Amino acid sequence: MTTTQISQALAVFRLEWKKSFFARRGLWIYLLALMPIVLYGGHSIIQIKIGRPCDFGMDTTIFATVFQVFYLRLLVFFGCVGIFMNLFRGEVLDRSLHFYFLAPVRREIVLAGKFAAGLTAAIAVFCTSTIMQFAALYAHFDSSLMREYLFHNNGLAHLGSYVAVTALACLGYGSVFAAAGIRYRNPIIPAAVIVVWEAANGFLPAVLQKFSIIYYLKSLCPLEISPDVPKFLELLVVNPEPMAPFLAVTGVLAMSLLLLLAGSWRLQRTEINYAAE
Amino acid sequence: MTDNASYSRRISFDDVSKFYGDVLGVNRVTLSIPPGITSLVGPNGSGKTTLMNLMTGLIRPTRGSVRVFGISSSDPERFFREVGYCTQFDTFPRGMTGYQFVYSFLRLYGCTALEADELTWRSIERVNLVEAAHRKIAAYSKGMRQRIKLAQATCHGPSVLVLDEPLNGLDPLVRAETIALFKVLAEDGMHVILSSHVLHEVDAISDQVIMLSNGYVVAEGQIRSVRSEIREHPMQIVVRCRKPAEVAAKLFEQEQVVEARVHGDGRGLLVKTRDADSFYRLLNKIALNGVGIEAVAPADDDANSVYEYLIGSEETAR
Repeated sequence: MTTTQISQALAVFRLEWKKSFFARRGLWIYLLALMPIVLYGGHSIIQIKIGRPCDFGMDTTIFATVFQVFYLRLLVFFGCVGIFMNLFRGEVLDRSLHFYFLAPVRREIVLAGKFAAGLTAAIAVFCTSTIMQFAALYAHFDSSLMREYLFHNNGLAHLGSYVAVTALACLGYGSVFAAAGIRYRNPIIPAAVIVVWEAANGFLPAVLQKFSIIYYLKSLCPLEISPDVPKFLELLVVNPEPMAPFLAVTGVLAMSLLLLLAGSWRLQRTEINYAAE
Repeated sequence: MTDNASYSRRISFDDVSKFYGDVLGVNRVTLSIPPGITSLVGPNGSGKTTLMNLMTGLIRPTRGSVRVFGISSSDPERFFREVGYCTQFDTFPRGMTGYQFVYSFLRLYGCTALEADELTWRSIERVNLVEAAHRKIAAYSKGMRQRIKLAQATCHGPSVLVLDEPLNGLDPLVRAETIALFKVLAEDGMHVILSSHVLHEVDAISDQVIMLSNGYVVAEGQIRSVRSEIREHPMQIVVRCRKPAEVAAKLFEQEQVVEARVHGDGRGLLVKTRDADSFYRLLNKIALNGVGIEAVAPADDDANSVYEYLIGSEETAR
């Protein structure tokens, strides 16, 4: 990348980050991120009211299960649909994509700038949510117990891993939906297909499993899920052949890069024809 | 400038066709557009906007190639340094002020903050929008939106300015100022390509016209040369003189004159001729005989007449 291209990508980023954070049509994404915080907060308030904290290990397992089954697969997933599908789709709906297409900027630079802005927003919203969920879940425990867990029992490492997995999920799903947003007019169709694909990951042959984001994320989650979850959920979240963290991270990065390259290829062939929308 | 250099500074369409599915946009267009003001004229759906969108790479040809100074739009970094496009899309990135619209385009162009600020004000001043620069574009009138689009299209000093219906929504004063601006830009060697449905303005502005109908180029060139090519409609020439009957009698001796009608005020006549050059030579001879010829002017070599002959009066030039 040349210096001009870097400054152009930054110019796109500067234009886009506000849209990604403050778009009116993206308010529901904040609600998605808030949902588990409210759930855990409610749980803690109830426990404080009845004056009986739950089993620490049980709450930790519940967090691991909810994180994988609910948070990653649904909330972060659909949050990324909202943020990344709109990067280009939103411009087409607003009939303003020509603003970028008529500038002396390569379209892959536009994609890079827009994707960086979307990723910043997604990571800021969902990683913050992960940290706040953690805080809300353990709020009803004694502070000395929390200190013990955080600083002497891998608590901070677990939190760091959850935050990192959330960020990787944003990157992986972000690249999926950034590319899909360039190709498809209707976000519902690719979102539905991909959610089914990701859900079916545990049932797919080993080779096909590698073509999904959740396959790599599962290997990076720090804790086992609750043994009490139903069998089908276990199939969804347990990785029978977990990968080494380095390979899993590389897998997500490689998938994202491939998807963004595909998106860039498609973007270069995109025509402005608002009338057809 | 050598011929080769002059040719390389042209906009060229080489056997370009564009289909939207089964629907024809433009078909087999081959053009080489020189500097100056070129107007695209044609009815609704004739392919004017398609031609402009092809020229600027917003759409790609189904067949053929389009190049501006030999550069393809698939090389946007070079291409859009030469080209500015004021589109017909009356939409802007959300929430932007006029200043931000131009400024952010210049930052995309690669200008530093200082350069972008300076160029932004210069181009906003050129379209007289300084006072409204910090207002949201959403609150602009139609004419102001046209002007801010024009400011954006010209802010980086392009060599080719493509304008889709640029005079729409402008009041008469701003219209006149804008036309004057186009003329200045064209005199500086810029290619100004515009579409307009106001034919008398096309006449006043254009160095050459491209007439389109149903996706085909039906004529291109200077209006007078286009007119002279239309053989099936004799040229109409108004001759103001003291003795119109006498002049008419002499003119009728020539076989190329097909009609000569004395004007209602008895001070001139309308002549239809198949050969304007011979007619003018003959008129020179007649003038020497003291018939008091005061003025001679072609009556139908304007865009309106040419349009009517080639495309038809039943269609509105939009």
